[in-house]
Amino acid sequence: MKKLSTVLTGAALSLALMGPAQAETLTVVSFGGAYGAAQEKHMIAPFVQKTGNQILFEDYSGGIAELKAQVESGNIQWDVVDIEVIDLERACSEGLLEEIPRNILPPGDDGTPAMQDFVPAALANECGVGVIVWTIIYAYNNDTVGANKPQTIADLFNTQKFPGKRAFRKRPQVNMEWALIADGVPPAKVYEVLATEEGQKRAFAKLDTIKKDIVWFDSWSQAPQLLNDGGAVMVQSANGRIFSAIKEDKKPFTIVWDSHVYDLDVWSIVKGSKKKQLGLEFIAFATQSKPLSGMADVAYGPTRKSSAAYVDPSVTPDLPTSHMEKGVKANGIFWADYGESLGEKFNEWLLK
Amino acid sequence: MSEMTLSRQDRASAYAELRRRKLVAFLFVAPLLAFLLFAFVAPIASMLFRSIHEPTVADLIPDTLDKMADWDGQQMPPREVMNQFALDLKRLANDRTSGRLAGEINRSLPGASSVIQSSARQLRRIDDAELASSGTDALFKANKRWTEVEIWRTIQQSGNPYSVDQYLTALDLQKNPVDGSIEARDGPKIYVDLYTKTLRIALFITLLTIALGYPLSYYLAGLPDKTANLLIVFVLLPFWTSLLVRTTSWIALLQTNGVVNSFLMAIGIINEPMEMLYTEFATVIAMTHILLPFMILPLYSVMRGIDPSYFRAALSMGARPIPAFLRIYLPMSLPGLSAGALLVFIISVGYYITPALVGGTEGQMISNLIAFHMQQSNNWGLAAALGSILLAVILLLYWTYDRFVGTKNLSFG
Repeated sequence: MKKLSTVLTGAALSLALMGPAQAETLTVVSFGGAYGAAQEKHMIAPFVQKTGNQILFEDYSGGIAELKAQVESGNIQWDVVDIEVIDLERACSEGLLEEIPRNILPPGDDGTPAMQDFVPAALANECGVGVIVWTIIYAYNNDTVGANKPQTIADLFNTQKFPGKRAFRKRPQVNMEWALIADGVPPAKVYEVLATEEGQKRAFAKLDTIKKDIVWFDSWSQAPQLLNDGGAVMVQSANGRIFSAIKEDKKPFTIVWDSHVYDLDVWSIVKGSKKKQLGLEFIAFATQSKPLSGMADVAYGPTRKSSAAYVDPSVTPDLPTSHMEKGVKANGIFWADYGESLGEKFNEWLLK
Repeated sequence: MSEMTLSRQDRASAYAELRRRKLVAFLFVAPLLAFLLFAFVAPIASMLFRSIHEPTVADLIPDTLDKMADWDGQQMPPREVMNQFALDLKRLANDRTSGRLAGEINRSLPGASSVIQSSARQLRRIDDAELASSGTDALFKANKRWTEVEIWRTIQQSGNPYSVDQYLTALDLQKNPVDGSIEARDGPKIYVDLYTKTLRIALFITLLTIALGYPLSYYLAGLPDKTANLLIVFVLLPFWTSLLVRTTSWIALLQTNGVVNSFLMAIGIINEPMEMLYTEFATVIAMTHILLPFMILPLYSVMRGIDPSYFRAALSMGARPIPAFLRIYLPMSLPGLSAGALLVFIISVGYYITPALVGGTEGQMISNLIAFHMQQSNNWGLAAALGSILLAVILLLYWTYDRFVGTKNLSFG
């Protein structure tokens, strides 16, 4: 008995001593792949080095379901999350994220105050601070797509002229927009049409025409993989994934910029996180001019104007910001409103 | 008169001894009992409870629901109710919980999410005093759907924390919003189809494992011990390999440029690759492979116990081999066969990982949808209802089996 109590006291003591001495560990969640590696290099590692805190850097595949499960069950495991703006509005309005005060953001390296330095969309939602401007494109494999090379979204839906599997991310976002554009809706009107019952039917009808040719994936990292191993001849992808497959791995891929759906990713903090303070510190650090400019390594545009000074000009043509006139802005408010009902319909459509 | 020989004290101490033994016996079982309660009974009970209990709306807008209590749901609700709702909605928008209300209402009335969310956003700009007096007009201005009685009725119904609506959804039914009668759900009906598909796939897999497992076990049972033990290791070896490894190796085998397709193309049987991965076919093949040991092991252990001389005797008395097999050997192997079939069938009804990996959208089973509602759509109530129905179906099948075959006829070896 005496022995046991000695052991227990010892354990309690050492725990008590460890507490204050040990630096905090922040759990940061993002999308992994080449993008995650760039964040690791330019944001995570410098932060760890500067502050001495530890960061547990994990992957997820987007969406708000996991967030919601954590907040609603009160079992919060994530602190800082990289969220696509297309999900941000909904996550924020469902009370899953903390508000981020703007006064924590330092001015740009050239002295511009933060509020003028960030592109407006990066600070449009009070629950997040923009990290990158990125876009969803489709890409094909030069070796397997055949003699004809697809050029438009309509080509993506044309299996007669361009036979073979297409791989899409398994969620309604972007797929619904593209279906309408391929069906002849002008990109500027897409969300207006998609808000109507007939518009949604029309999008599903268009998707129906290629349903049996679609391979569905969950995580962005699967896109270049599917394109490479022949699982699909064309894939929907975040532009940076294909960019790094072409540049780093010398894959024979080509990006099609027609009607790409561009969006932002933001850093945000999970509601009820016990490390909110440290999370804010991390976000303030990671969204400075220099760390943001590192995102251009994987062809994602930085959200601060002052970052441009650090970006290698040879990358500029590959940034989404160089193709804005062909693009469609993903509508976060539309998806906050319709994400739930379209998600349900989409799933039922998949199983039909 | 033996008790007369015992003194009262002896008797008391004998009883005390008996109680002590019972207590000791109970203490031995207690850890298991506690484990069962925590790991088995409690989760099932909470699942059953969750399938009928959904307090979100009641928690979010109690004041509106209070004022709605007297409303009959036929005409538009009184302005007072709608004003209160406008106030509540503004409060939710500021607390950032309007999305939760929207999500919850949307489950009963698809499309309501956008109405609630966009209105909440507009109400944030109006001050409380104005909302208290003319919140109704503000709502009408924000979205014309607020002038329809249907959405108000849905709010009232969702406000009831207890309902069987999830069960109705899970059976592709719905309550008629006006008169409360039960009718087929408008919109896609997928759940009943999925249950039948799940049962059909499970039955098919069971038959396949019997077709493959029965002859093999028969052969193994006839071999000398040493060879049989060696061969049984080959049955068990894949069984000891991780389920994920076995499932993913089926991906390598079945994919478009996979082993099977390349082989068939090389020997000239097919000209272009067949589509096998991400189909129901892939689900059936991979699951049959994975569940085969569950059939072979009980069959083998029962067949080992069957004396081959019965069968030989029947033959020597002049029976033809097939009738002799059907009338002598098969009935004796039946306990193993039904145990194996029951195991395989029940396991495959609830199977989840393999269909998720190799089944694509076509090869999905009901458990994949339960997982979807747990992880993706966050509709835990519906997931619980679907799970409860699955549980009921399995219990019903087991009961039927017990009725007609009898569980005494089971032998797991």
